[in-house]
Amino acid sequence: MAFQNYKLGCAGIGGMLGLSMSITLFFPSFDFISAESTWIGLDKALSNGRTMGFSYEDPLVLGWGKPLTVILDKDPKTGEAIDPPVRAYVYTPGTPLASPINHPNNLGPTVKSLGISKGMIDQASKAEGAVFTISYADVDGEEWAYPELASVTRGWSVDATLATAGDENTRYVGKGKTVYTTEQCWWCHTLLPEHTQDWQVFGWPPYQGDMNGEMPTSFGSDRKAPDLLHVASRNSSREWMMMHFFNPRLVQPNSIMPRFDYLWGKNDVNGDPIDYAKWRKEYNAYRKGEVAYPPEVPEYGRDTEIRALIDWVLTSLK
Amino acid sequence: MLFKYLTAKSEDIPPGTATIYFGFSSILWFVIGTGLGSFNAAKLAFPDFVTGTELFAFGHMRQVHVLAVILGWISMAFAMTMMYMTPALGNTKLWSEKLGVWTCLLWNVGLSLGLFLLWLGITSGREYSDLIWPIDLVIVFGLLVPLGINVWMTIAQRKTQGIYITNWFFGACIFMTIIVFLVGNSPEMFNLTGLTEGYLTFWFAHNVLGLWITPVAAGIAYYTIPKITGNPLYSHRIGHLHFWAIIAFYSTPASHHLLSAPLPEWLKSFASVEGVLILIPAVAFVANILLTIKGRWSLFVENIETKFSITGVLLAIPLNMQGGFQQTRAINWYIHGTGWIVAHAHLALLGMSSFLEIAAVYFGLQQMLRRKLYSLALANFHYWFVIIGFCIYWISMTIAGLIQGGGKIYEVPYIDVVIAEHPYMIARWVGGTMVFTGNVVWLYNMYMTAIEGTAVPKGRYAHEMAYER
Repeated sequence: MAFQNYKLGCAGIGGMLGLSMSITLFFPSFDFISAESTWIGLDKALSNGRTMGFSYEDPLVLGWGKPLTVILDKDPKTGEAIDPPVRAYVYTPGTPLASPINHPNNLGPTVKSLGISKGMIDQASKAEGAVFTISYADVDGEEWAYPELASVTRGWSVDATLATAGDENTRYVGKGKTVYTTEQCWWCHTLLPEHTQDWQVFGWPPYQGDMNGEMPTSFGSDRKAPDLLHVASRNSSREWMMMHFFNPRLVQPNSIMPRFDYLWGKNDVNGDPIDYAKWRKEYNAYRKGEVAYPPEVPEYGRDTEIRALIDWVLTSLK
Repeated sequence: MLFKYLTAKSEDIPPGTATIYFGFSSILWFVIGTGLGSFNAAKLAFPDFVTGTELFAFGHMRQVHVLAVILGWISMAFAMTMMYMTPALGNTKLWSEKLGVWTCLLWNVGLSLGLFLLWLGITSGREYSDLIWPIDLVIVFGLLVPLGINVWMTIAQRKTQGIYITNWFFGACIFMTIIVFLVGNSPEMFNLTGLTEGYLTFWFAHNVLGLWITPVAAGIAYYTIPKITGNPLYSHRIGHLHFWAIIAFYSTPASHHLLSAPLPEWLKSFASVEGVLILIPAVAFVANILLTIKGRWSLFVENIETKFSITGVLLAIPLNMQGGFQQTRAINWYIHGTGWIVAHAHLALLGMSSFLEIAAVYFGLQQMLRRKLYSLALANFHYWFVIIGFCIYWISMTIAGLIQGGGKIYEVPYIDVVIAEHPYMIARWVGGTMVFTGNVVWLYNMYMTAIEGTAVPKGRYAHEMAYER
């Protein structure tokens, strides 16, 4: 009898756990797979690239192998003006493609069929590089966003697209989200406004298709600081962001956010070394009231992590 | 010593060796984990405390604290108790002492490596499953599977007829935790994205708590309380009600962590209902233990293990009352994402779970070392510092959470909430530092027990001799 109980018990554990796994994993998967990607979802997936955390292409989580987002005001091939300007997502040769490009099922059934029939996304190749953009099509009277492989449909080559945009219109969004991940901003900030009064202050909560292809989603759970999902709609000043990241107490004396001055690296935009010790000394004198103004925040260099982070905040979090 | 046993024959290793190694490792990780907690709390109270370096930034330290406590302290204390309770309850020896010693070594090495990488910022960016997937595989196949084999084989070769409730918990929870680790980290391994990833992150976070941290701790209490008080367990049948209710109800409510995410509504509603049903195992457990100690309440004052154990069981009452109801939509909208949740998480991990493990580590180390505790006074100091420190932390964070919730609902500018929370952040730091101080004293006390404690004669228990000179 005792041995039977033992076998029965083990079977019972397996059965019960199997049932709970079916309910919590198998059944919801039908809902997940039917989620149609929205414009926001496509923008996130294409600008982020394959994944933000640890991966083969980026084992040290430094933002390697991420696409660039460019703002185009003229066509890279024909030179015609584009008004209003559009976003294009540039994957230089060797950059791993975004998850929904590799696995179009992640787009949801309608967006997938549009993306393949009209957007030609199944022709994208990691080895040759690719340029994507987001287009719209009418399906049964409704407007649907779908990804388009512009390097095939419009003949936008990687080099021409980057040259047309220039550095001032290039946004390091993929690298910026990686900085958000690795500096773990999401321990204090959420990317998930709540369904209560939250949306009046922090904006609308995400829709079901707003994160298709995003990895990780970084919702955050512990909100020690404001929600950031739509922060760039509330404050789009690059200079404010710069001061706030260098030392949050410069713009908000009561903030408990850490200083992220180390994201500036060693040199400023002119290549001159940044003297952090001197800066802190002058700042401390300002805090004590010995001088009237705080020291100037150094201008960040072109390839710094802080540029990528601010690029991501101002481009993605609208 | 350790290296000698790694190559020795299993029969030549003295029984209890793995217990002792796991015991001291877990205490050391407890000191490290709570020390990091105190450091992080200081940063939340005073943001310019140790500033300007990437490695000591809050974002790099926070999850090292969390995982050092969960995988270092709590999980190694679990392994320690399994190493001595499972054989004792089966009236047999541990299946392989050598495997136990190896598991302990791998555990310390693997966890140190994982936490070091995490500290550098090499992370998956997913809460609670922050460790990168190669380290997750080490945890599953290097730590949990060998631990499981040892426990399952020890249960299989038991010399008793039935299986006591504690061993049901141990055997089943290791199995379920292996599944939870593999499924929960699958988004990283197979690049599952979007809502699937977000959901699986909290599926993991919930289930690792519900199927590992709280039930194993409860299983431990089913051993320590009857053992030390000498009273038989009030009802083995209620214990089984607890066990089966955990498996049925606690493995399902993951999505109550994401009530504002665009998950299917049926899934959220199902999770909330299952979440309330957690009260069934909770009430069964608390009632069973409190009825077991009936008639021996004097031990709550006199005996250090009982003091810790019963405090842990009593803390399970507010824990489950909060836990059962705060995840319903009616309450969750107010407190979600606030310090209330932080307080609740510490009530579960530092309050209920840790107190039960501390008792078992005290008891098991004295048993296996065959030495009486070095100083009862220091042990009492430990108890009072941990409980007072914890209460300061818990109460201050609960108040801070209610302020934050009010600020959220009434649309108070966020910075005013930060200002209002400041005193409670200082209190939280003071409380956390007290817990850390208590644990440093504990480590010293156990070290001195190992080298200077009075030898316990055969046939006697160390705790019986607590007041003998």
